[in-house]
Amino acid sequence: MAKRDVPPRWDRKMQQRLARGEAAALGELYDRFASLVHGLAHRVLDDERAADHITRDVFAHVWEHPDAYDPRQGPLRTWIATLTHRFAVQRLRATETAALVRGGSGTAEELETKVRQASVAARADYIVQSMPAPLRAALELAYFQRRDYRQTAADLGVTEDEARRRLRLGLQLLSTARDAGTAQHPPGAPPGYGGAA
Amino acid sequence: MKAYDENGENGHNDETGESDDGGPGTGARIPLPRASVEDDGRALPEAAPVALEHQVLTSLLGAWALAACSAPEAAAVEEHLGECDSCADEALRLREAVTLLQRPESLDLDPALRTRVLEGCLERRPPRIPVPDWAASYDAETARLDALLQDFGDAEWHAPVRLRWFEDDGAASRRTTVAGVIAHLLTVDGTVAVGLGLDDPLGDITAPSGGPAARTEAYWRASHYPPTRAVRAPWREQSHSIVRTVAFTGDAGGMPVSYGDFELPLRDAMLDRAFECWVHAEDIAEAVDYPYAPPSARHLNGMIDLAARMLPGVLAARRRAGLATPGGGPHLVAAGGPGRSLRLEIEGSGGGEWLIPLDSPGAVGSADHEVAHVALDGVEFCRLAAGHVPPAEAAAGQAGDREAIRDVLFAAAGLSRM
Repeated sequence: MAKRDVPPRWDRKMQQRLARGEAAALGELYDRFASLVHGLAHRVLDDERAADHITRDVFAHVWEHPDAYDPRQGPLRTWIATLTHRFAVQRLRATETAALVRGGSGTAEELETKVRQASVAARADYIVQSMPAPLRAALELAYFQRRDYRQTAADLGVTEDEARRRLRLGLQLLSTARDAGTAQHPPGAPPGYGGAA
Repeated sequence: MKAYDENGENGHNDETGESDDGGPGTGARIPLPRASVEDDGRALPEAAPVALEHQVLTSLLGAWALAACSAPEAAAVEEHLGECDSCADEALRLREAVTLLQRPESLDLDPALRTRVLEGCLERRPPRIPVPDWAASYDAETARLDALLQDFGDAEWHAPVRLRWFEDDGAASRRTTVAGVIAHLLTVDGTVAVGLGLDDPLGDITAPSGGPAARTEAYWRASHYPPTRAVRAPWREQSHSIVRTVAFTGDAGGMPVSYGDFELPLRDAMLDRAFECWVHAEDIAEAVDYPYAPPSARHLNGMIDLAARMLPGVLAARRRAGLATPGGGPHLVAAGGPGRSLRLEIEGSGGGEWLIPLDSPGAVGSADHEVAHVALDGVEFCRLAAGHVPPAEAAAGQAGDREAIRDVLFAAAGLSRM
């Protein structure tokens, strides 16, 4: 479903058009990435309105700072996912901290755990969306449709060896979602976003 | 493994344990980790472990973590994990990864969010190359339709759709599919693309005329197979190219665009294409039983205004064809002078009032010369103009000259085409 394997040329061209102040480019950017941005923000914040806010902030940031994207660092999609993640985690921490200050239940430690879990869940989503389609398809069959690896192989028209390989590789990619302690370092790029794209 | 330890409790609590009745996506089939199996002394799967090589066992780790291998294989893997640290590490890691699998959230984005987000951006940094106002409804409507198509599977793409319009004062229709409708939009939007110097989506296909129906039929005929979802990408790419290109035209949209037997200035052609996009998006939504809202009030108003401005020309053509009554009395109206008029009052979202000159497209609508008054809802008027509601059935409040009212309602329906 996701538009993958877009040549980096599209990314560079988009950046140039944004820098030139082309409103039509902003519309195209939104059409391509809005559901990614909104989905990730929603996974972190679990709130429709808050996800809307993050969507607005992310596109405003890209529109106001198109030069902040460096095509050599990776795809535009990854950069936008990274921004979304950062903004969403910041917002989650801010709202949770405010609740804590107002005397809500919970401890600072629980807050950090919550932030970390939301952060990992969002990164995992992004990894699944961005991994090669054959790996995603194998995971989809084995996990969501409860097919065993032999049935998965038959459904995909590949050998049983290949089905096992895809399931293992897919989970290996997914497991990197936990590697980056990004929630602790909002200004940095969560490394988890680079690996799977 | 640190991450695992920190989140361990959450990763395999009882809720995500071994119950068999969980629906897809509940994670219910994730077996308990190896350690728990040993701790509670629960019997291992009955089948005896099979003898497998290390390499095979390793390759099974993903399937094992997903509980997607046979019981003897699972037993063999688990036995191996007790002996092999590197496999045990990986097994733990992959099991943890399984807990991260979640159904993608396919929340429908509110189409109004697009407008809000883009407007917010443009306020913070005004564009050097704005999208002209008269192209905004096309931009919004194509984005809305594309969002509707987002999650369509093959069943939806091939769902039957009946295109309906009004022709020779009677209802006409043509059967196609959802993909066929998008092909129709692609080919007719193509007339605007060609006018802008972009590629014609018809390519080498020759159509007997430049009219919307002729182009569409030619496109449909040229393929041995009915259109498929593959038509979405070229349609979307073209609509994006059109918006991008009109932003650079810079002549206030005055450039003529040919529809075969008539022309519209670019700015009106864009309103027309936005209108058609909405109308056909409704056809599609109806075919697959999805809700679909009307355009925003501002955009709806532009579409109604275009129809109101086109009515005098259609009335004149109908008169020439003997379909409309000749104007009452001497109706030589000097170009630009006031003429007999009908007050078209559109209620609700996008509404307003228009004075339609009845006797000549060159005349100017005049309140002093008002002979009839029609009131109807904006969306109802658009359905009339799309040929989806017969003029006799349009729920309109009417006062004044009955002939004039009939002529205008039939002329409105006559604006429709395939």
